[in-house]
Amino acid sequence: MLKAHDAVLSAREATLEIGGRKILDRISMDVRPGEIVTVIGPNGAGKSTLVRCMLGLQPLTSGRIIRRPGLRVGYVPQRFPLTPNVPLDVRRLLTLTIKAKDAEIEEALRETGIAHLTSASITRLSGGELQRALLARALLRKPELLVLDEPVQAVDFMGEARMYELISEIRKRHGCGILMVSHDLHMVMAESDHVICLNGHVCCEGAPTKVQQDPEFARLFGPSAARMIAAYTHHHDHDHESHDHHHHHHDHRH
Amino acid sequence: MLDILAEPFFRRALLAGLAIALVAGPVGCFIVWRRMAYFGETLAHSGLFGVGLGLLLGFSLTLGAVATAVAVALLLMLLKRQRALATDTLLGILSHTSLALGLITVGLVTGAAGDHMDLLFGDILTVNTRDVWIVWAGGAAVLAVLAFLWRDLIAMSVHEELAQAEGVRVQRVELGFILLIALMTAISMKIVGLLLITALLIIPAAAARRVARKPETMAVTAGAIAAMAVVMGLMASATLNATSGPAIVLSAGLLFVLTLAFPQTN
Repeated sequence: MLKAHDAVLSAREATLEIGGRKILDRISMDVRPGEIVTVIGPNGAGKSTLVRCMLGLQPLTSGRIIRRPGLRVGYVPQRFPLTPNVPLDVRRLLTLTIKAKDAEIEEALRETGIAHLTSASITRLSGGELQRALLARALLRKPELLVLDEPVQAVDFMGEARMYELISEIRKRHGCGILMVSHDLHMVMAESDHVICLNGHVCCEGAPTKVQQDPEFARLFGPSAARMIAAYTHHHDHDHESHDHHHHHHDHRH
Repeated sequence: MLDILAEPFFRRALLAGLAIALVAGPVGCFIVWRRMAYFGETLAHSGLFGVGLGLLLGFSLTLGAVATAVAVALLLMLLKRQRALATDTLLGILSHTSLALGLITVGLVTGAAGDHMDLLFGDILTVNTRDVWIVWAGGAAVLAVLAFLWRDLIAMSVHEELAQAEGVRVQRVELGFILLIALMTAISMKIVGLLLITALLIIPAAAARRVARKPETMAVTAGAIAAMAVVMGLMASATLNATSGPAIVLSAGLLFVLTLAFPQTN
């Protein structure tokens, strides 16, 4: 049922057991170029663990992760210490594991809107600025796949919308696949191509419109969330008929 | 006061101490960055058991110290797999068990009231020319390994999983780092002693953190501060007749307090 041949990163029956407890139960999924795949689910559903398995940071108990050979991945982890012990400026943060020209560094920072902070110490950054620096860091690797674990953590409400806008622009500009963990249902419905509701196992998945009608989705997030999403996507669909997609986005956010 | 410099024993002490300081600075930075202070201490403590074994069975004490430190580090990695006890608890168990084991084995050789104070607190004023050579050669080896691991170690110190996701072979680097601390412990044993080596690693690095904006500056500054501490400590030792190892550590502590006067740069 799932085609893996054009995917950059796939999981097949990925299962992880720790201390007799099933953390991940036979997860199969694909991320293709230019596609946003979002994993949503309650706390403790195994979202971050799934990401870690997909990245090869956590070995599976059974099943497998298929990664296109030579795949360039840009990863933004969920937790990053705001005050790390190592003294670093933003430029150095970006080049910890790769070499890059100043022009490339500047371009990556400009793309995420913090070019003015190139020489700033990372302890001086706000949560949102740090998140943008980490995103620039991932972009500098010219990724074919971006992995974003809760990209709007530590970002205030206004920053959240702008961050999602940025992610959407990045996908359009770079054409990379994006695997994202998010708790933000609005964003999921607006931008994702494929949504996976996770609660240890895959509860339901598919296009956003399909997922939000799934009874499993309502069970997982409560009927009010389902209604809220329904209203939102209805509005979204309606708008979509009369305006061009791009324009609509802009409208909706403001 | 400066005529003490004419004394060969004092010059040897200074040479050995400076070698240790220049290595302890950069290595100590990683201990501070990676929050491994207690880990470093555990490896140092476990070194005494290796020394005891060496004395008992008649092989090189340096080799013994390196071997037990590495064994304890590997044992810790194994024990960490169970999740019931936190790492600091495990370190507490390993650190003190190996220290007790070390005190007993050394005691078996030298007698219960034997003189192993110099192993615990160092006896820098008695180092001979051969010791100086060993410290410089060992120190150069430690710095060479550190330079080789530098980039990866910094990436891991900032965010280990991110480094791993970006292709850093974290386990290999980790193992290299453990070897490095073990070697560091072994060569510092005679100079500042097993109980105080962690202090010489941590305090100069902590002092340098306040004034450094880049990892490299912090490493060099830490080395310089450690070197100053060695000179100050030896001077105090010579003029005030203070025990040299503790005098060096106390000097480092004093320098740290002085850096508190500087504004934190970042």
